[in-house]
Amino acid sequence: MGYQFDFGASAQYLGLLLRGTAVTLLLTAVASVFGLVLAVAGAAATGSKYSWLRGLIATYVELIRNTPFIVQMFFIFFGLPSLGLRFAALPAAALAMTINLAAYAIEILRAGLEAIPAGQSEAGRSLGLRPSMIFGLLVLPQAVAVVYPALVGQVTITMLESAVVSQIAVVDLTHVADFIQSRNFRSFETYLIITLIYLTLAVLLRRVLVLAGRRFFSGQGR
Amino acid sequence: MNDFTLWDITRNLLLAVPWTLLLSAIAFAGGGLVGVLLLLAGVGGSRWLGRIVDLYVELFQGTPLLMQLFLVYFGLPMLGIDVSAWLAATVCLTLYSSAFLAAIWRGCVAAIPQGQWDGSASLGLHHIQQLRLVIFPQALRIAIPPTVGFLVQLVKSTALASIVGYHELTKTAQILSNATFQPFVIYGLAALAYFVICYPLTAWSRALERWLTTVAR
Repeated sequence: MGYQFDFGASAQYLGLLLRGTAVTLLLTAVASVFGLVLAVAGAAATGSKYSWLRGLIATYVELIRNTPFIVQMFFIFFGLPSLGLRFAALPAAALAMTINLAAYAIEILRAGLEAIPAGQSEAGRSLGLRPSMIFGLLVLPQAVAVVYPALVGQVTITMLESAVVSQIAVVDLTHVADFIQSRNFRSFETYLIITLIYLTLAVLLRRVLVLAGRRFFSGQGR
Repeated sequence: MNDFTLWDITRNLLLAVPWTLLLSAIAFAGGGLVGVLLLLAGVGGSRWLGRIVDLYVELFQGTPLLMQLFLVYFGLPMLGIDVSAWLAATVCLTLYSSAFLAAIWRGCVAAIPQGQWDGSASLGLHHIQQLRLVIFPQALRIAIPPTVGFLVQLVKSTALASIVGYHELTKTAQILSNATFQPFVIYGLAALAYFVICYPLTAWSRALERWLTTVAR
């Protein structure tokens, strides 16, 4: 085929690669923390007695889950400024990822909450615990323990999908790849290296989170 | 400057919808075909083939689809193949969906209780017959809801083809937005179009799942 591979042409950009990796991981961390907090509130609200609140949550979840992430991000970054809501690229990306992750996590957490037997909250009530304590101390920790693997999967997917934020000029790992290949004209090698970095990050992220979960949830759930 | 009415925008977006649907359909059909081959390789009994299928799935599920697209788009020319955005998107999404479908279907085969294998073995069936007569018919039933569910993911994934310049819904929305300076309306309508395509599939998948649980009882 007459093509000489040249992976060395990317080596001089190590600093940039590290910065891109840091931005990708930072976005993932921010989206995970805020997205999961939102999701806990959302999942709790699906059990609410107010039907308008349940409807609101259900609409939000379905709207996000049935549209592409890139369109959601474009809507936030390009569309919302016409309402006077102007975001810089990095906050816009973080917001889009948070909103996206929260919708999926609500579905996951709701399945977890449904898996916890009613006897648990009945036991809490018979001990005189307030409803908020029953949810926060009894039901939620068990539900999270049950669906923890699915949550880890969703966080990993969010990290991989964040490659798209390069399209609104966030300098993440993918954006760094675009920059490097525009300098060294070695597009295939550059994208291959970046792909392998993503793969490594995904494997490590999953492993770290699973280990953390094992420590955190030992003796709970299954 | 220019007078794009709401109808002009809607019409142009609607004209792009068939391209999104076509790309999804080709990727689903091609991915299904490759996925079946991967499934057969995975459950054929050879440990080595099983490992290779696992690795294939891991590679596609552990890397961003955008990177896979870039690799195909920039990689195939190195093999002397002239790639259009259309070819790159089709090849890439086909491989991508084959990995996900293979993973889903392997999971369904694994969900068939061991007793089914033992029972069919005691009837004197060999491995291929066990799969064909006992395991696959049962696995097929539980495979339908998650397969329809994946179709939703696939339709959404085709939006990334816009980045390599394939003119589907998202790319058309970008072009319209640049021409009319009405991103709020345009991306809103584009999202709505995706929703109209995907939501019925989501609802269908959920209904199938409910049907399965009632049948199983």
